[in-house]
Amino acid sequence: MRDTVEPYVTEDGRTIGGVVMELKNITLRFGGVVAIKDISFDIREGEIRAIIGPNGAGKSSMLNVISGFYTPTEGEVWFEGKPRPKMRPYQVAQQGIARTFQNIALFAGMSTLDNIMTGRITRMKSGLFSQALWMGKAEREETEHRAAVEKIIDFLEIQHIRKTPVGRLPYGLQKRVELGRALAAEPRLLLLDEPMAGMNVEEKEDMSRFILDVNDEFGTTIVLIEHDMGVVMDLSDRVVVMDYGKKIGDGPPAEVRNNKEVIDAYLGVSHD
Amino acid sequence: MPDQFLFAVEVMINGLMAGVLYALVALGFVLIFKASGIFNYAQGVLALFAALTLVGLQKGQIPFAHLINAAFGTKVHYFGWTMPTFLAIALTIGVMILLAIAIERFILKHLVNQEPIILFMATIGLAYFLEGLGDVMWGADVKTLDVGLPQGASEWIEDRSAVLGGDGFYGFFIDKLDIVAALVAAVLVISLTLFSQYSKQGRALRAVADDHQAALSVGISLRFIWVLVWSIAGIVALVAGIMWGAKSGVQFSLSLIALKALPVLMLGGFTSIPGAIVGGLIIGVGEKLFEFTIGSMIGGATENWFAYVLALVFLVFRPQGLFGEKIIERV
Repeated sequence: MRDTVEPYVTEDGRTIGGVVMELKNITLRFGGVVAIKDISFDIREGEIRAIIGPNGAGKSSMLNVISGFYTPTEGEVWFEGKPRPKMRPYQVAQQGIARTFQNIALFAGMSTLDNIMTGRITRMKSGLFSQALWMGKAEREETEHRAAVEKIIDFLEIQHIRKTPVGRLPYGLQKRVELGRALAAEPRLLLLDEPMAGMNVEEKEDMSRFILDVNDEFGTTIVLIEHDMGVVMDLSDRVVVMDYGKKIGDGPPAEVRNNKEVIDAYLGVSHD
Repeated sequence: MPDQFLFAVEVMINGLMAGVLYALVALGFVLIFKASGIFNYAQGVLALFAALTLVGLQKGQIPFAHLINAAFGTKVHYFGWTMPTFLAIALTIGVMILLAIAIERFILKHLVNQEPIILFMATIGLAYFLEGLGDVMWGADVKTLDVGLPQGASEWIEDRSAVLGGDGFYGFFIDKLDIVAALVAAVLVISLTLFSQYSKQGRALRAVADDHQAALSVGISLRFIWVLVWSIAGIVALVAGIMWGAKSGVQFSLSLIALKALPVLMLGGFTSIPGAIVGGLIIGVGEKLFEFTIGSMIGGATENWFAYVLALVFLVFRPQGLFGEKIIERV
């Protein structure tokens, strides 16, 4: 199938590989409301895939389907070449799919360090009893995880707030900590739900830079939802456009930008 | 030193020791409240149930003996063996873990995303169910619990402290059991703190307490955490049950201690482990000292209500308790 699609090289010279995830004919209904209508698209290794669309288009619902928070009414999610059985969100996370939320969901009482540390829970091996009995092994593991977390803290330039309870941090920094927590899982697939919502220009620039660096340095595959068209066009390799639960466009940013349906959805249809 | 002052000190020390027992029950409340936002009305009954099970296993009582005898016309009551204390405690811990799994499976799982008040009502139901189950399984008679803890006044302390006072003072009278209880409580609090700060599960537990969605997104299973936290609460209840049972026998009024834990929590805050301890100590010392100094002037028996009045005062001036965080929003 589409796994056989040749890897290709983007304009800026990065190689986009095979299909990591494929969504096949996804439909999602809540009672009588249809949030997603028969949508299919794929996500390839190493790319930044954006999902855009006006408010209420079903973008967040789509992300929730991918992360297992919603189970699609119809259709299949294929991950790494296999159809994914019905899963709970924590099982999806354990498969290596990390996410952030539109309305930040951090552990407000914990410090930045502890928050990012929880991101590594899926990577921690020592169980309850080995932690109680073989302190040495558990301690070594803790040190390793701590080192990985420190790397992320350096990467995101948040050393100065390591010990601060995140509830006290300004919005922009909280978003950054949330990104850090998702990164800590070293995910196969990173889902970002409006990573730049509510940020000022400077914060947006910082966040864009971090997203590009994550993709560049760790080769992480990223799916992101964003409202800011400029940001999407700059960041993403390919874009899915949704409107009223339907897919109305799919392709590289330049192509999507000139798509008539997309322009209509965003700017409204002129009636002259 | 004047004897009157020394008596006051002795009353205070005994108050501290009683406070430790309150704190042990309160600790179970805090654990569950922290991890799931549920005020677990059944915590006191859990302690009772744990103590009943321990005594029953230890003495080789046949569970549901009355029921069996009534149904089959038999007259069986005991297996006829005495189980070693260690084994009985281990088995009781097993029973408490099974109970936690059952609670998650049959109650909590079906009430996910419900209002806290509904979960609270469910725990009231659980409390009466467990009380009935304990009665049917092990019988309602008062039982003595002996797990080999030292009891009686500590002569060592009595002898050493006697020199402080005059001829009328014979030294501080402190029950050895109370000292053991204080040590056990200290060990329990330290290990729970270490567990929640440094272990993977402890971290997951704190994460769940903070934000369910975020916890799911980092790969934490809510159901596992709930079973874990109810198991720990069950084990804490067992410890509390052992201490109370050894002090005053295993009887059904044990479940009423839960009510004394309420003012303790209002003082200490519903979400703070140290708060539960400090709150317990303040209530313990407060009610003993109050009885000692003012009680006799107003007819005595102040220990029954002092804790609640103190809690009321706290509700007026510091509703979140000494160490708590924003409980107002929760209620």
